[in-house]
Amino acid sequence: MLRYVLRRILYAVPILVGVALLTFVLFYASASPQSLARRNLSTRNPTQEQIQQWLKDHGYDKPLSVQFKNHVTGLLVFRFGKSDATGEPIWNRIKQGAGPSGLVASLVFLTGLTAAISFAVAVAYFRGTYVDYFGTFLCVLLMSIVFIVYVIGLQYLLGKILKYGPIAGFQTGIAAWKFVLLPVVIGVLAGLGSETRLFRTFLLDEINQDYVRTARAKGVGERAVLLRHVLKNALIPIITSTVAAIPALILGSLVLENFFGIPGLGSYLIDAINSQDFAVVRAMVYLGSILYIVGLILTDIAYALVDPRVRLE
Amino acid sequence: MPPLLQVENLRTYFHTPRGIAKAVDGVSFQVEQGKTLAIVGESGCGKSITALSLLQLVPEPAGYIEGGRILFEGRDLLDLTWDQMRRVRGDDIAMIFQEPMTSLNPTFTIGYQLVEAMTMHGKFTGAQARQRAKDLLARVGLQDPAQALRQYPHELSGGMRQRVMIAIALSNEPKLLIADEPTTALDVTVQAQILALIRDLQREQNMGVLLITHDLGIVAETSEEVAVMYAGQIVEYGPTSAIFHEPRHPYARGLFASLPARGRRGQDLATLEGIVPPPTAWPPACRFEPRCAYRWDTCAQVPPKYHPADSDRPVRCHLYDPEIADRPARGAAPIAKEPVAPDPTVEAAR
Repeated sequence: MLRYVLRRILYAVPILVGVALLTFVLFYASASPQSLARRNLSTRNPTQEQIQQWLKDHGYDKPLSVQFKNHVTGLLVFRFGKSDATGEPIWNRIKQGAGPSGLVASLVFLTGLTAAISFAVAVAYFRGTYVDYFGTFLCVLLMSIVFIVYVIGLQYLLGKILKYGPIAGFQTGIAAWKFVLLPVVIGVLAGLGSETRLFRTFLLDEINQDYVRTARAKGVGERAVLLRHVLKNALIPIITSTVAAIPALILGSLVLENFFGIPGLGSYLIDAINSQDFAVVRAMVYLGSILYIVGLILTDIAYALVDPRVRLE
Repeated sequence: MPPLLQVENLRTYFHTPRGIAKAVDGVSFQVEQGKTLAIVGESGCGKSITALSLLQLVPEPAGYIEGGRILFEGRDLLDLTWDQMRRVRGDDIAMIFQEPMTSLNPTFTIGYQLVEAMTMHGKFTGAQARQRAKDLLARVGLQDPAQALRQYPHELSGGMRQRVMIAIALSNEPKLLIADEPTTALDVTVQAQILALIRDLQREQNMGVLLITHDLGIVAETSEEVAVMYAGQIVEYGPTSAIFHEPRHPYARGLFASLPARGRRGQDLATLEGIVPPPTAWPPACRFEPRCAYRWDTCAQVPPKYHPADSDRPVRCHLYDPEIADRPARGAAPIAKEPVAPDPTVEAAR
């Protein structure tokens, strides 16, 4: 197991080098340092000297090969440098933003997954009855409503009608729950319909397997059949589909953070994209790919825990 | 004393897109304590559904038990509540299935699945159950029971898994064992071992056994009685020796003629032409009539009686019914050598 994880981490190195190369190429394909300097300099019509000075400060005056070397080595050892736009050290902002972002994203992920599995088990238990039909109808309804409607609708309901409190912003510590509640509820709601329907299908696929008939023939009750025998087997496809949804989760929290004014990494990245802050974008893309690789490794470990036929070797 | 299991006029139907499929249509039989009844027939004749119906494990919601009585020790299982029936399963009546490769849960250890069967009915506590699990695995012939308890199904061969299934089935010392084609998926050498094991355990525990099979060779070795099923009905029912000695129903005659025999060495084996019609389109009168070599006009018009007067055992055939005036002499040669072409409506429904 440990050897497997170590090997997977080593495999990640070439992937990350590839990511670094790609971000570098894409950056030079999309904008020249000259125009970047013009955009980021505060004066309206910068002189040539000011531009040269800016390029020198940010390291864009060196030959491309040196720039590339600095770019790759900087990323690999997590030396992200300063923001092109503000000159602020990037690490500081990432450290500040990681808390709120991690809080929202992990809450959306965990409550979303738990809720979807619970609902799926419930409708699977009542399969073929009106509870099942009604549940499926609700799922389709949830899936059919555009994300933004939840955001505006719930903000209006809680903020304007119920006067529940702040509908955007953030505060650290215990008070954070007030600001996090709404985005988490919306993040969960947005994925609930499709996930419940998908997981219900996985469960029903397993319910018709021979081993379920064996369990029933042993005298195992219907509830235990579903929660013990069926659920453990259905977790295998559930894990697969959940990992496939991780990029969507990251994207989703970018949007959520923006709507709710949460000072997380999502809003940091979107601001950086808008202001063509290359130094920040490359750092965020790099961190994003690391998160994704870690997610994949965790998935493999989860597989091995659920399915004894899977061996990590 | 009533027999261990008495099934009367059992009917199990399925809703299908083509209408109602009468998979089991008026089946009656009984199993005595310590004795074996074999139900034989081709694929699709309803023998597995009969077995599943006894435990009320017919796939829902398409399948349902339309009527009949399943008397176990005099008590009708169809009158029990869901939870009472759950307590009968695996305790009084246990079942082993045809597919050892898929009948065990791949994500739980053998030990867990065996112990679960025992603790489920409250007869054993955890520690007792684990010890008994080890003993059972040794009894069914696993080399290293302690290790097998920790193994997962995919680590065992098909024969080993079927032994585990038998251990699970016998863990609560059931009074009746239903074995649905227990050896079909196994190698011939393993088949003999498994059958011998079931027979030994049956003697030890004085169980009744209901054996579902299409293999007549197995029937001769294991069963006191045979029921021959065709198209959802029993067409002949009686002591094994009598039926093997003199099969009466034309379908049973065909089945036994297809067995290799010393006297017919060198000749081609006889085959039964045609296949079982789909259960949504059983022929209206005698269900074997389209394939029957002895049929005449009445066979397509009047359903034959289950137990006609000229036979000392049930034979669902007009040849044994003195009330059918135009029946030919029983010893007569088959009337039509070649069965007629299959009914086009039956073909269309397929």
